[in-house]
Order: sequence, then C-alpha cells, then structure tokens
Amino acid sequence: MVSSPLSDFLRSYLTVAIFGSLGFILVGLLLFISYLVRPNRPQPQKYLSYESGVDPVGSLWSQSQIRYYIFALLFVMFDVEAVFIFPWATRVEAYGGFGLVEMFVFIGVLLLGLVYAWRKGVLKWA
Amino acid sequence: MTPMLAVDWAYWQETLVKVGLGLVAVLLLTGAVVYLYLFKFVSFMQSRLGPMEAGPYGSMQLLAEVGKWLQKEDVFTENSDRIVFGLAPAIVMSSTFLMFVVIPAGPNAVISDLGTGIYYVLAMTSIATVGILSAGWASANKYSLIGGLRAAGQLIAYELPLVLAVVGVVIQVGSLNLQDIVHAQSDGAIFGWSGIGNPFIFTQFVGFMIFLIAVQAELTQSPFDMPIAESELVGGYQVEYTGIRFLVFFIAEFATAVGFAAVASTLFLGGWALPADWASESTMHWLGPIVISAKAVLLVGVVFWVRFSLPRFREDQLQQLAWKFLIPVALLNIVVTGTLKVAF
Repeated sequence: MVSSPLSDFLRSYLTVAIFGSLGFILVGLLLFISYLVRPNRPQPQKYLSYESGVDPVGSLWSQSQIRYYIFALLFVMFDVEAVFIFPWATRVEAYGGFGLVEMFVFIGVLLLGLVYAWRKGVLKWA
Repeated sequence: MTPMLAVDWAYWQETLVKVGLGLVAVLLLTGAVVYLYLFKFVSFMQSRLGPMEAGPYGSMQLLAEVGKWLQKEDVFTENSDRIVFGLAPAIVMSSTFLMFVVIPAGPNAVISDLGTGIYYVLAMTSIATVGILSAGWASANKYSLIGGLRAAGQLIAYELPLVLAVVGVVIQVGSLNLQDIVHAQSDGAIFGWSGIGNPFIFTQFVGFMIFLIAVQAELTQSPFDMPIAESELVGGYQVEYTGIRFLVFFIAEFATAVGFAAVASTLFLGGWALPADWASESTMHWLGPIVISAKAVLLVGVVFWVRFSLPRFREDQLQQLAWKFLIPVALLNIVVTGTLKVAF
C-alpha cells in the first residue's frame, strides 16, 4: 500500500480522534451497564440541589464575584507568549545570539507586564 | 507509518490494536495507582491496614467499588442544565485519554507519534478545564459553581508554569517530539560520560521541580485541592454527581495523574529508554513499557506522598505562588537554558 506523506499526517490525527472519542464511548458504555442494574425510584426531594441538607435558598443559578477574572486576562497574555517561545525553543542554535537577544527582549517585555500587574496589586486581594 | 510489529498491517488493524492496548494500559495503570496509593500507601501513613477483605490484601477493592457505583441511581437535580451536566464527565475523560496518545512506551509503541508531541499534550490537558467548569456551572448549585470557578482559576494559573517548565527541555533537544526527547536522553552524555545517558532531571532540575509542583496543582491534589475542598465546599464541582458520573470523574483524576507522571518521566527521567549502553533496541521493545510504567508509578507516588502530607493552601496564596514565584522562575530558567545552549 503506497500512501502520500499528507495522508500519513492526517491519519496520525485520525488515530488521535479515535482515541479521544474512546472517552465518550467508555462513559456511554458504563452508563448503559449501570442502566441495566440500577434502581429508579423517583421522589421529588431527591432532585433538590444539595445545600448541606437544608432547602435551597434563593436562585440556584446564583451569581458569584469572580475575583480572579484578571488572572484569566494575564493567562491569555502569557499563553500567547508560550506559543511564540516554542518555535524559537526548537531552533535555538540556528537563530544563535541574535535570536537569543530578541527572545530576552520578548520575555523582558512580558515580565514588565507581570511586574506592572504586581505593582497594581491585582495579584493579591483584600 | 512505522508498523508496530514486523507484519505489515492495514491502518485499521494497527489502529485497533494500538487503541485497545492503549486503553488497557491506561486503565490497568490507573487501577494499580488507586490501589497502591489511595488504598494502601495512605493507610500505612495513617497507621491502618486499608482494605483487606476483597481479594488478597484487598487488591480487588476497586472492582467492588465500581460494582457499587454501577448500582447507584442516576440523579439529575431539578434545575441542572441536563445536557452540559451529562457531557461534562465525558469531556474530562476524553481529555485524559487524549493525553496518552503521544506518550511513547517503546521504540515503536506509541499510539500516534505526532511531531507536535509535548505541545499537543499540554494543549489536551487544558481541555479538562472546560469539562470541570461546565460541571460546576451546569449543576446549578452554589458549592459547585464556586468549586468550578476555583478549579478554572487554578488550572489556568498552573498551566503556565507547566508549559514554561517544558521549554527548557525543548531547548536542549531542539524538538517537540517525545521520541526525540527520549532518544536525546538515552544517547546523551554528562560531560562526555555516557554511563547513564543524560536524563534531563540533572540539567533541568529547576524545570523538573516546577513541573512537579504545577502537576500537583493541575491534578487538584492537596495542598492545592481548593476546588474540591471538602470542609468548605462539600465536594466543589462534584457535589451533585453520583454513581457512574462521579466514577468517571474519579477515574479521570487518577488516569490524569498517571498521564502527567508518564509525561514527566519522559521529559526528565529518560522515558521508556534505558541508557544506550545498557540494553539493545530489540530488548527495549518489551522492556520499554515496563520501564516507563515503573517510572510513572513511582512519580505518582511522589504526588500522593505530598498530597497526604501537606495541609491545604488558601485560594489567594495559591494564585500568588503561581504568579509571583513559579512563572518568574520558569522564565528565568528559559533564559539561562537558552543562553547556555547558544554559548556552548
């Protein structure tokens, strides 16, 4: 069987997709086995949300103050940074001193951002 | 595609065998780790015997537990978002399986040898965040919501040290592929001495420590277990889950522990390979899976040792540790490694 490099490449990702779908298949299978043996005795009290044994208070779709949304913003910044670092990391020797200095500047700018957030006090909450 | 054995198989045959073997390996290792550490190791640390009734020394306890979970009623609370609530455990499980795809267990024993290797692993592990966040949200429960949000905040904060710690290894090898990383270690030499190859735990010790700390947090194991802090949040995002759906979260948690340990042993401890002088390539075909399993199980042991020894941090202390210590140190590690690589 002769196959082109491209189809080999796509096939390696098809294997990934197959193995990934195994998670869903396994859960489905377990649920099916469980369906054969588990009891089903509906009572209205069973379907209340659990709040330490007392009846739920207020709306169940409650709102919460997400103090760390700012961390999510910082995360986006650094994650994009990581995307740019990896290609350089695989070719450090080829880029040599020039690439190294450029990466220093890049990391330095991002560290400045972190220091700024630090000084602004977003990394700790009252 | 390299055939796994000498026989030239069709793609579907090869995939079937690989997927089957991969599944068995993942579940067996997970079961072994649960029995070894969660049932026995912690019991001995707390001066008790642990399970003794089911099978010799309680070794069949996990099967008994699964049997119990199978018989539990499947409960959806009245206000929950049923579709998302039902899908969330499967998303977490799938993310765990996807991690194992590229981890090599021998010269050819890898489910799919992707060129993006370690980067792919790091990407797949973050899918679990989506599953956990949707579990917390879809439960329509205050504890779950807080737990889910805590988990999301924690997983993204520690994703960064994890990613940055790996860069040091990538700089040394010059490749993202995990097989290349393994070969670089087994064929390497420490100052010209090739007796034990060049496992990157020596040259990348800082990276290794950062990786282990970040893994501890990614697994939400104590001291980083605020998302499921039982004394504050009952069970965090798992509060409303019972029976099989809870079991899936449980399996995924321990399978992810095995996965991260296998990745860490591949990156820093030489993976499936022994030093090049010790064993021939043909021996490694059958010895490789044993070697990587042993390394991974030992590393999971370190995770559980820490888990059962240290008390829980506060949520803001956790974020500060990541942002003020681990990330700057990881960046410094990249700079130093890059400089040394270019200089020598």
